[in-house]
Amino acid sequence: MALGMQLIPRIARRLSRLTLVLLCVALVSFGLMMASPVDPVDAYLGPQMAQVSPEQRALIAERWGFDAPPAVQFGHWLRQLVSGDLGWSHVYNQPVSEVIGQRFQRSIMLLGSAWLLAALLGFSLGVAAGAKEGSTLDNLISTYAYITASTPAFWLAIVAVLLFSVTLGWAPTCCAGPTGVLNQDVTLASRLHHLLLPVITLALLGIANITLHTRARMLELMRSEVATHAFAQGASRFDIAWRHGLRHASLPAITLAFASLGELFGGSILIEQVFAYPGLGQATVAAGLRSDIPLLLGIALFTALFVSVGNMIADSLYSAIDPRMTSGGL
Amino acid sequence: MNSGQPPSYPPPNIYSQPRLRAALSLFVTTLLVMGLIASQWLLGDAPQQMQFDARLTPPSVDHWLGTDALGRELWARTLAGLALSFWVGCLAALLSTLIALSLAALATLSSRLDTLVSLLIDTLLSVPHLILLILIAFALGGGTQAVIIAVAVTHWPSLARVLRAELWQLRQAPYVRISRALGKSRWFVLHGHLLPHLLPHCLVGALLLFPHAILHEAALTFLGFGLSPSQPAIGVLLADAMRYLSGGYWWLGVFPGLGLLLMVLGFERLSNHLRRAL
Repeated sequence: MALGMQLIPRIARRLSRLTLVLLCVALVSFGLMMASPVDPVDAYLGPQMAQVSPEQRALIAERWGFDAPPAVQFGHWLRQLVSGDLGWSHVYNQPVSEVIGQRFQRSIMLLGSAWLLAALLGFSLGVAAGAKEGSTLDNLISTYAYITASTPAFWLAIVAVLLFSVTLGWAPTCCAGPTGVLNQDVTLASRLHHLLLPVITLALLGIANITLHTRARMLELMRSEVATHAFAQGASRFDIAWRHGLRHASLPAITLAFASLGELFGGSILIEQVFAYPGLGQATVAAGLRSDIPLLLGIALFTALFVSVGNMIADSLYSAIDPRMTSGGL
Repeated sequence: MNSGQPPSYPPPNIYSQPRLRAALSLFVTTLLVMGLIASQWLLGDAPQQMQFDARLTPPSVDHWLGTDALGRELWARTLAGLALSFWVGCLAALLSTLIALSLAALATLSSRLDTLVSLLIDTLLSVPHLILLILIAFALGGGTQAVIIAVAVTHWPSLARVLRAELWQLRQAPYVRISRALGKSRWFVLHGHLLPHLLPHCLVGALLLFPHAILHEAALTFLGFGLSPSQPAIGVLLADAMRYLSGGYWWLGVFPGLGLLLMVLGFERLSNHLRRAL
């Protein structure tokens, strides 16, 4: 009962903070779009620009409200946003919400599996490395983690395509399914086959951060009094890593995994671009290169929501499991 | 553990001392960077020179890293790209550190400003870096300047957080409180006591930002939002390589990225050594 009483205001505070942050994201991204040299009417018309007279252009601008001051336009956009209308994407000729929905469905498979793989592998490598500082295994894993932390994501993807698709021919070079096959006819096996290489590449990059963090935690544990006590009782390093280490290091690893969703998404933009995987990341690039302002705004808001919820989960996990964090407020 | 006898220590290894390591890696990195800059001067227009009788040749003694579709030497282009990345990264990291420092300082002046700054930090951290970079580069219309500004504007929040926390702690330090009690102004305390204390943090922060700045510059350019395709930037080289991947022209894709990886790794090591030494 007491827990519930405490929980409700905390959740309410977090939700109001989330709304505030999202509002700020909307404001900032809208401001950036207003500042851009791209004219929304020109972007909408595309190559038909030459066939439209200045009067007609002015009419379109008036109809869409582009002649109004920015603040009024922002208010208008925000009202539509609240009613669930994100606008129309001229690149995909679909409502923005539909584009994001469809694309995200494909991306979530990539993001989700890479995220899980990175978290599990990163954590186990970190525990293995941190169990004995300075051992060969530790040196190997740390070196690997340092190198992947400095690797450009898109370059790794290019090398993966070169090695596994072009040279060895184990994996397809592009897309989410074989070319020339309708989307609904693609078999699950083929889908997974196309997903394999992007997932592994994305996961390989995410591992480094979690590994290094977990390793640092394990080193801390191995130097602590808990470990000294266990050693004195005859426990081996493996015992300590297994009994104490897993619990000690898992919380920061989980938190980090949730807090790194933004980086994961950034990586997926690059990797979807290299593998020509038709997900949300590729849509972002297309929207940016072809000046699809409503879609770009929609994606910015959507990813901000995605990342903020991840951060919120990370914070809540921390304060739920580690009571020392609760006293600090939000 | 062994009772009675004094424990026998291993002989001191001077190379394991953090300061010496930092100095060594600083020396090596400076040497490499100077070499990189000097090479630009020596190369002249070699990165843009086309040889139509040597198009898409694999690496050999004559063409060290091979040539691209227009017969341009890949090694010259890679070096030019690294130099370009270095300058863009330097400017962006410097600007970013300045933004972080001024906003952190601003945040300590009043609690209302502090709320505002932390809201700004939360806002920027909640959008994935790359999306924000694309939005800013889009708003500025692309090009070298746009990349520098975009990277600078997106990378300061993590450093600003560290500096802000440091400042909040410092405000309670005895010498600061005495200084305030003696009637010194906030401004005096800020630039007389607090800023000198923060300088090492800023130096390390800037160095830590640098590798990220380079990687994000290359990524942004690769996606087509950054430096113009006529410049031999690493992102441009790799985007070009994408078109020749299925033809098996592996050197185009491998070497520019490898160069970038080595450069980022070098700076990452340097900043880690420096952080431990300071």
